[in-house]
Amino acid sequence: MSNTPHDNLHARFQLAFSGFQLETDLQLPGSGVTALFGHSGSGKTTLLRCIAGLQRPDSGFLQVRGQVWQDSAQGVFLPTHQRPLGYVFQEASLFPHLSARKNMDYGRKRAVQAANDAELAAIVDMLGIGHLLDKIPAQLSGGERQRVGIARALALKPQVLLMDEPLAALDLKRKQEILPFLEHLHRELDIPILYVTHSPQEVTQLADHLVVLEAGRVVASGALAEVLTRLDSPMAQGKEASSVLQVKVWDHEPEFHLSHVGFAGGVISLPYQQATAVGTPLRLRIDARDVSLTLQQPAQTSILNVLPASITGMAQPVAGQVMVRLNLGGVPLLAHITQKSASVMGLRVGMAVFAQIKATAIV
Amino acid sequence: MLSASDWSSIWLTFKLASLTTLILLLIGTPLAWHLAHTRRWWKAPLSAVVALPIVLPPTVLGFYLLITLGPKGPIGQLTHSLGLGTLPFTFSGLLVASVFYSLPFVVQPIQNAFEALDMRLLEASRTLRAKPMDTFFSVVVPLARPGFLTACILGFAHTVGEFGVVLMIGGNIPDKTRVVSVQIYDHVESMEYAQAHWLAGGMVVFSFIVLLLMYTLNRGIRMSKI
Repeated sequence: MSNTPHDNLHARFQLAFSGFQLETDLQLPGSGVTALFGHSGSGKTTLLRCIAGLQRPDSGFLQVRGQVWQDSAQGVFLPTHQRPLGYVFQEASLFPHLSARKNMDYGRKRAVQAANDAELAAIVDMLGIGHLLDKIPAQLSGGERQRVGIARALALKPQVLLMDEPLAALDLKRKQEILPFLEHLHRELDIPILYVTHSPQEVTQLADHLVVLEAGRVVASGALAEVLTRLDSPMAQGKEASSVLQVKVWDHEPEFHLSHVGFAGGVISLPYQQATAVGTPLRLRIDARDVSLTLQQPAQTSILNVLPASITGMAQPVAGQVMVRLNLGGVPLLAHITQKSASVMGLRVGMAVFAQIKATAIV
Repeated sequence: MLSASDWSSIWLTFKLASLTTLILLLIGTPLAWHLAHTRRWWKAPLSAVVALPIVLPPTVLGFYLLITLGPKGPIGQLTHSLGLGTLPFTFSGLLVASVFYSLPFVVQPIQNAFEALDMRLLEASRTLRAKPMDTFFSVVVPLARPGFLTACILGFAHTVGEFGVVLMIGGNIPDKTRVVSVQIYDHVESMEYAQAHWLAGGMVVFSFIVLLLMYTLNRGIRMSKI
């Protein structure tokens, strides 16, 4: 087994039950958010449950930050309560007979190295649940319950945080209420977070690393920007395809109500980000259908964002459509164009083109 | 008013019902857990066996217990060879019979409470570092409390109310097996209606209070959850 310093989580599982088979061999980074993405039945939750020890695979090997938690060849299996992890369930699963505070204390009292009072106060503060501590779960909204559930897991000071579709049971409004907290979490914590989801939006918003599962197998795994734009990845098919750019705020142009952000591939103009200081990192999502291509740099165009690029790959997801993978100074970007345009322009791999970006979304 | 032998029968009934309830909680809880969660073939037959005392006449149960526990029965021979003598017509024999007789009244409420538990909460407690027994006492028992309460009250009250099984296996021995229900029967047999009234009326009041308590407490618990 290769164990480079980056391979801080190594999960190999084999599991079969009627009509379903899970077979994974994953090396995951020891920090940041890893999204486990797939449709229902892809095995993403089963994989997470195996990592937590809630489900026992037929055979498996699991090493987290240098510690072997499970090795069926050696007969090693740490039961769930001995694994230094935090788990956030889809339905919060707070203990209904305990207040929010006692729910958080439940794990703290039992964990070997849990958050002390000051650390807990910081967690409570980060999740904005200070005013809810004495309420019981039945008195909390779905979003509040989920925040308490996250705080309860963090209070254990886990070495890895496992989140099983923490937003799936919430309506759109509640999702919007929690997402900022999750992004905050992402920035503040230096532990790896494994985040199960079937929402491409949550993936582009939260993940650094993406694992795509299909029918119990890993079909793609790697850095988010890479996997999102890999032409053979299920996420790069069809209308939903998008790319993610990590950019920094360059300067503002208030007279035109614009802000400029930069990355290795050039500078992009955005609607004015008045509240965002120069130098702030941002994450942009660019839908593939909002990117068009030209062969010459247009002299006069209403589109502000025209960047030089080279074609690194082309695929035909459906008849009449072509997905073009571009390289902008080392950063991958997808463009979704018609087959006719590709043919008329004579597009082929290796060609230099200009990418016109019609719209961007800050995620 | 109540005579010394009446008081003795009341004390004996109380002792029998308390011990029966205690033993049933100890055996009934794991049994209820198993019945609530097993998917094996024996779930239905085992449930039926546990429920038998609800439908069988107490005399049938008492008759078979008498035979099994008696000097020629398998258990009787075992207890005899262990130097314990035979159980029929002793307080211990009565206790064994009561445990069988009241079993479903303790197992079923606990089993219902276990089946209503959200199993994800048990997984949550495992991810929060709780060992299995810890999970049981810190999550399962508090959440199944109404079930346990109902089980205690029904198990106790049902043992207090038994008569047929007592006559079959306990007989009518003062201070050993003569419980209140038998004492009332004796009073009536000897036309001591006033004495019978005191005990019988007491039983009615006792039973009413116990059931009232159960319904009030369980309602209170449900209310406090909302």
